[in-house]
Amino acid sequence: MDDRIKKIKLTDRGVEFLRQVEEISGEAITVCEQCGTCSGGCPFVEEMDITPSQIMRKVMLGQEEVLHSRTMWICASCFTCTVRCPRKLDVSKVAEALRQIRLREAIDAIDISKLPKEEVDRMPTIALVSACRKLTG
Amino acid sequence: MKRIPYYPGCTLKTSAKNLENSAIASAKALGIEMVEIPDWVCCGVVASLTSDDLMRHIAPVRNMLRVEQMCKRGEIEDSRLLTLCSMCFNTLQRSNFRMRENPEDLESINNIMYLEAGDYGGTTEVVHLLQILDEMGFEKITEKITNPLKGLKVASYYGCMLTRPKDIGIDTPENPTIMERFTEAIGSEPIDWQAHSLCCGSYHTVNNIEIVVKLAYEIIKNAKNHGAEAIITSCPLCAFNLDDRQKDIAEKYIDFEPMPVLYFTQLMAIALGLGEEVCGFDQNYTDPRPLLRKKGLLK
Repeated sequence: MDDRIKKIKLTDRGVEFLRQVEEISGEAITVCEQCGTCSGGCPFVEEMDITPSQIMRKVMLGQEEVLHSRTMWICASCFTCTVRCPRKLDVSKVAEALRQIRLREAIDAIDISKLPKEEVDRMPTIALVSACRKLTG
Repeated sequence: MKRIPYYPGCTLKTSAKNLENSAIASAKALGIEMVEIPDWVCCGVVASLTSDDLMRHIAPVRNMLRVEQMCKRGEIEDSRLLTLCSMCFNTLQRSNFRMRENPEDLESINNIMYLEAGDYGGTTEVVHLLQILDEMGFEKITEKITNPLKGLKVASYYGCMLTRPKDIGIDTPENPTIMERFTEAIGSEPIDWQAHSLCCGSYHTVNNIEIVVKLAYEIIKNAKNHGAEAIITSCPLCAFNLDDRQKDIAEKYIDFEPMPVLYFTQLMAIALGLGEEVCGFDQNYTDPRPLLRKKGLLK
């Protein structure tokens, strides 16, 4: 087991999950001190079922069920947390990694074909392209 | 005339044509010719935030390679790539920084782009028009304006992509001033407000409209509460969420009062006396013309 993970014993699968998120995000998730700055400044936090700092904690503890949370899909990569984290962690990259784990299993979060046509016609190209990039695999 | 390579991006050719037209005309009036790069492709809009999945950086790199190719062919001297859309700016800049910091990533991408004439060397500088104006000196714009926007109170909306993350942004993320300095230069009055960098909800406008409606309502209300008569932006997605979504906001919030949302280049064109022909106000949802006429800034 990694020296950085002290006292709390993670399951092998938990460690594997933590490593996977760290690898895709490129972030050293276990340096998070749970200060809550990311959750405090997140403009979307009211829409989330668990807060960004809770996401960090759950990943840190290898709790794979975090993938069922709504939070990673609500995060719109606005980078407010990114510029404020005192540990210089990029929580937006962690949310992206969690989205990607799902999307790489070919589980999309949006079905563009089901959107009302009048709405699609109204929207700028960048709205549709960015939604597809973030919510489909 | 100073010539600079220009990347439009997909939305500037469609729903944000008013951003492109007003920018090209204003830049020309200030002695800058924006030269559209050949064979550009969509940048992907949102930067890939994963450490792997290099494929998502190919499109941005291809656009930056176009500038190097133009320089090599002797078509242009300036090796910068000018952007207008905040999202394009952010996405291209992030990919560029990643390629410079990770030569092995750049090598992989160059290998994938083997059909291109030559590799990308990482020499292109991605810039936003606001940076070019700042570099030129906002006082130079003041000298050239013929229709100062006196008495117009403007809220500068930065959104996310112009200033975040810190190493990518064109100004400090928490308290940026570049747009306020621009606003002053064209004779209008910048307001001091809190929601200047609050996210508008971005692509949630596609399938989670409620989130966008709530955030856009808060942003516009904050601007109004601080005396703003109009909001300026450089992002076509922010413009859609803050302007076009006013229809949806009005349906949900009975106290909502509409406010014009313009591209900063539209106000610049008016101040430079270029007339509304280059502004494409027809594409703005809340028509800014009644306000501009009331202020005596438009015939």
